[in-house]
Amino acid sequence: MKIHLTINGKNYSHDVEPRLLLIHYLRENAALTGSHVGCETSLCGACTIELDGKAVKSCTMFAVQADGAKITTIEGLANDGKLHGVQEAFWNEHGLQCGFCTPGMIMASKQIIDRNHAPSDAEIRHGLEGNLCRCTGYQHIVNAVKAAAAAAGK
Amino acid sequence: MFPQTFDYTAPTTLDEAVKLLGGGAKALAGGMSLIPMMKLRLASPEHLVDLGRIKELNYIREESGALHIGATATHYAVESSPLVRTKCPLLAETAAAIGDVQVRNMGTLGGAVAHADPSADYPAALQALEAKIVLRGAGGDRTVSAAEFFVDAFTTVLNEGEMVREVIVPVDTSGVSYQKVPQPASGFAMVGIAARVKKAGGKVTEARIGVTGLTNSSFRATAAEKALEGTNGSAADIQKAAALVAQGSDANSDIHASADYRKHLAVVYTGRALIAAMGRAQ
Ligand SMILES: Cc1cc2nc3c(=O)[nH]c(=O)nc-3n(C[C@H](O)[C@H](O)[C@H](O)COP(=O)(O)OP(=O)(O)OC[C@H]3O[C@@H](n4cnc5c(N)ncnc54)[C@H](O)[C@@H]3O)c2cc1C
Ligand code: FES
Ligand code: FES
Repeated sequence: MKIHLTINGKNYSHDVEPRLLLIHYLRENAALTGSHVGCETSLCGACTIELDGKAVKSCTMFAVQADGAKITTIEGLANDGKLHGVQEAFWNEHGLQCGFCTPGMIMASKQIIDRNHAPSDAEIRHGLEGNLCRCTGYQHIVNAVKAAAAAAGK
Repeated sequence: MFPQTFDYTAPTTLDEAVKLLGGGAKALAGGMSLIPMMKLRLASPEHLVDLGRIKELNYIREESGALHIGATATHYAVESSPLVRTKCPLLAETAAAIGDVQVRNMGTLGGAVAHADPSADYPAALQALEAKIVLRGAGGDRTVSAAEFFVDAFTTVLNEGEMVREVIVPVDTSGVSYQKVPQPASGFAMVGIAARVKKAGGKVTEARIGVTGLTNSSFRATAAEKALEGTNGSAADIQKAAALVAQGSDANSDIHASADYRKHLAVVYTGRALIAAMGRAQ
């Protein structure tokens, strides 16, 4: 089936099998390997991308369902070499160690801030329930989201 | 993890979808239950009908004292809708307790209801709200109560080729609360209790308690409801009523919780839900 997508502002069009998962489409057809495959069972959130403004797990969606959609992946956040505010905050606040969970964490964090300009710690933790990190113990990630929200509000 | 191959159709009208479902195809809504099952090959449908592009299935509106919610309204749409939050807060609170934000962005009310997972959250609220579920088949619409709709684990009254079209909940002014014990990995309810309480003149005039996660199918704890009605709703009254919630139930047992532990949780969380609901009742 032929699908057309806009990913990070660029048009993509491919003939795909209906059973192709969106994460594999992004990594293998569109050659955007920033979104990671962690569990492939909808639990870890490493594959989180933004689809028409909503954070979704791209391992739990078929590419054909996204036909016509606007997608943003981690590669699409920085602008002209300047990091997005959430990326900047993860860097400053040590919101990552190995970095495996980070692309998904950042996309989920962006969703939190897009929907709530001044999230509390509890709201941040609620918003990150779909993302697992095996390194940081989460506190630095929560700090990063808070810092990013504060910076965006200025 | 690749599912078996299948054909895929994404109709834009309800009539087209009903025709395809009548021909043996399977509905795909948010995919949050179906796609994981297909990846594990617990389900291998030959033809999927994506309901995601049918605009006439995606709405939340108020009509003659009730909220009508289209099958493809997402959990996020329900949790964030000003209409649901003000006129049926129990449903909004329950939607916000489902899984995680990515799941709520995709998963739908109709899909959750049709799937009838014994640990799903919505059924508790729908039982307590005495919701109605409108089904669409080749022969047209029929409406069933939540109590009739949920039959057993993953089993509902839906016939072959029939689909969930909308869910109807009352505009609700009672004090409400949804309390769940989430399974730590998935977030599903090991036990979930939805409570509604109305008070007048210092007495409980109406109590409704919906239970999920405890047994194969959600249910209304009518013995506990009756025990509470007519009392002052004191801590002792609540405790007495809550003690009845799991009585005689054939509780589920799995690696997360034994049957006895689930029953214990049901009693404790019914108490908590009733205390919170009582606090919010006028
Ligand atoms: C990580 C994770 C955590 C989760 N945690 C929870 C949780 O805590 N609580 C909870 O309640 N749920 C949870 N879920 C499940 C989630 O709520 C699903 O969204 C829901 O069970 C199914 O809805 P869906 O729209 O995704 O349906 P789908 O997965 O698309 O479909 C599910 C089934 O329903 C059928 N179907 C779909 N729509 C219709 C319709 N309109 N008419 C007839 N049949 C239909 C499909 O054919 C399929 O058999 C979780 C899911 C995941 C992946
Ligand atoms: S890879 Fe998608 S949730 Fe883990
Ligand atoms: S930084 Fe290593 S998993 Fe999160």
